Amino acid sequence: MNPESGKNNIFKVIGASSLGTLIEWYDFYIFGSLATIIGAQLFPADAGASALINTLAIFAAGFIVRPFGALVFGRLGDLIGRKYTFLLTLVLMGGSTFLIGLIPSYSSIGYAAPLLVLLLRLVQGLALGGEYGGAATYVAEHAPVNRRGYFTSWIQTTATGGLFLSLGVIVLTKNLIGASDFAAWGWRIPFLLSILLVGVSIYIRMKMHESPMFTKLKAEGKVSKNPLKESFSKKANFKMVLLALFGATMGQGVIWYTGQFYAQSFLENTCKLDFNDSRYILLWGIVFATPFFVIFGSWSDKVGRKWIMLSGMLLGIIFYRPIYQIFLDDTDFSQITQQDVKSVSVPVIAKEVQAGDSLITQKSTVVLVNGASFTSIKSLTKTANGKVLDSTELMKDKKLSTTTFWKFVGLVFFQILLVTMVYGPIAAFLVELFPTKIRYTSMSLPYHVGNGVFGGLVPFVATLIASFPGSTPLTGLWYPIGIAALSFVIGAIYLSNQKPDHGEITESNT
Amino acid sequence: MNKLKKALGLCWILLGPAAVVFLFIQAIEKTRLAEPGIAQTNTALQWGIILFIFIPISAGLVIFGYYAITGAYEKEEL
Repeated sequence: MNPESGKNNIFKVIGASSLGTLIEWYDFYIFGSLATIIGAQLFPADAGASALINTLAIFAAGFIVRPFGALVFGRLGDLIGRKYTFLLTLVLMGGSTFLIGLIPSYSSIGYAAPLLVLLLRLVQGLALGGEYGGAATYVAEHAPVNRRGYFTSWIQTTATGGLFLSLGVIVLTKNLIGASDFAAWGWRIPFLLSILLVGVSIYIRMKMHESPMFTKLKAEGKVSKNPLKESFSKKANFKMVLLALFGATMGQGVIWYTGQFYAQSFLENTCKLDFNDSRYILLWGIVFATPFFVIFGSWSDKVGRKWIMLSGMLLGIIFYRPIYQIFLDDTDFSQITQQDVKSVSVPVIAKEVQAGDSLITQKSTVVLVNGASFTSIKSLTKTANGKVLDSTELMKDKKLSTTTFWKFVGLVFFQILLVTMVYGPIAAFLVELFPTKIRYTSMSLPYHVGNGVFGGLVPFVATLIASFPGSTPLTGLWYPIGIAALSFVIGAIYLSNQKPDHGEITESNT
Repeated sequence: MNKLKKALGLCWILLGPAAVVFLFIQAIEKTRLAEPGIAQTNTALQWGIILFIFIPISAGLVIFGYYAITGAYEKEEL
């Protein structure tokens, strides 16, 4: 049987596409999760130079290379087909992830180490830019027209699944080999493991056939000769690219990043929650919320995509500030009284003398009656003549009581539920917005600008806003709230809840 | 609804350049506030990348506004 014209079972299509996309997300996330360790092992000790390379690795990979990858691979996918293009992105992603795990340390090869990290990170960004559009298009073009939301929603679970897998592998490896070995060499395991996952996925994808709609287009000689030109220079299509970006993916991107990344970062860095607690809260939130990708995707087949996505944005706009205020209030241990304290460990005292002044730190673990605990670090600076210059108390590594822990899981679950509302139907929405011959190119760019740029900038802009005079820990939330509000208004006014008619006769294995 | 779509087009046309001007002012201010040396180069690099990517996006918002004003998003055209 000619592989170009053969038919695939829809569940095999979903399995093959989802597994590959899940692995791509896993590859992309482990770098972010292990950035601190990678910095210590592969980057120079000079903080300035290190920060410079880091900036390039994070900013360039996420904001420039990802949309560029969408254009490069989108074009390729519309020219040569979906199957071979997203096979190529998988090889590039898996190969570069594996190679990051093999880079010798900075102490062995000097500046070649961070430069190799940067190069491979850019390849990762490029591959990610091409993967998603291919997988979503491939599944949608196999799915029955009236069930595209349901079938493509499986692809949508992979972004969250990849995050879950990366956190799970990291936590498991660290617990199995111990924190010091993990920092020394064990961090390479999640990177090296990627090659096995990618190998399996490539094997499965190789056995799949090209999408029936693209095959038909090719057989009829109607494949676009210049997908980039047709996508962005024809008004009829370009106006839909702009509408998809400003009325959907821009808002979806900030809701996604706030729920899945900012929440955990806020709990760890602003609320000073314990490393494991903040991750376990996110993991549980993901576990409970992930089925809703499929529920909302499927529901969108019946009621339309528009209002499900926009409702997710609206709920984020309304509830983000109250939710994060609860995070702050419930982790504020500064008002505890003596009756609340169950035990205090024997303090560990350290003294450091610099230029005649002494810095004395006293570290102890405080356990509260309700089961919560934290590390108290009291520090004071004394001059040579015994005068106290400065005295501070820092509370960190906070562990929550069981009740508060599950309350936080519920609040993170709610935020990821909003992610499932905006993200579950969006693949079907984007696929249907554009005709087959330029679909890969047209849908990939707004998706990656919305997610990579608007979503990826959530931590940076939140920190920027927090630096303005008179800001509070919640001020940073105005960025996702503002962008989601803008996208909500544009989407509500300009988007149609009906599927656009491109005048195509669709073929699928119904 | 079609009148609202057209009227809001002007907002999007104005919002695009306004966003770029705001980002540009922030870029200058934050770069100036950074410690001279690598920290300043790093801040300038971050903002350079942000401006590089946001200028075309803002241009896109202006075009979106123009399309809205000219009725490209009126229901019968979608």
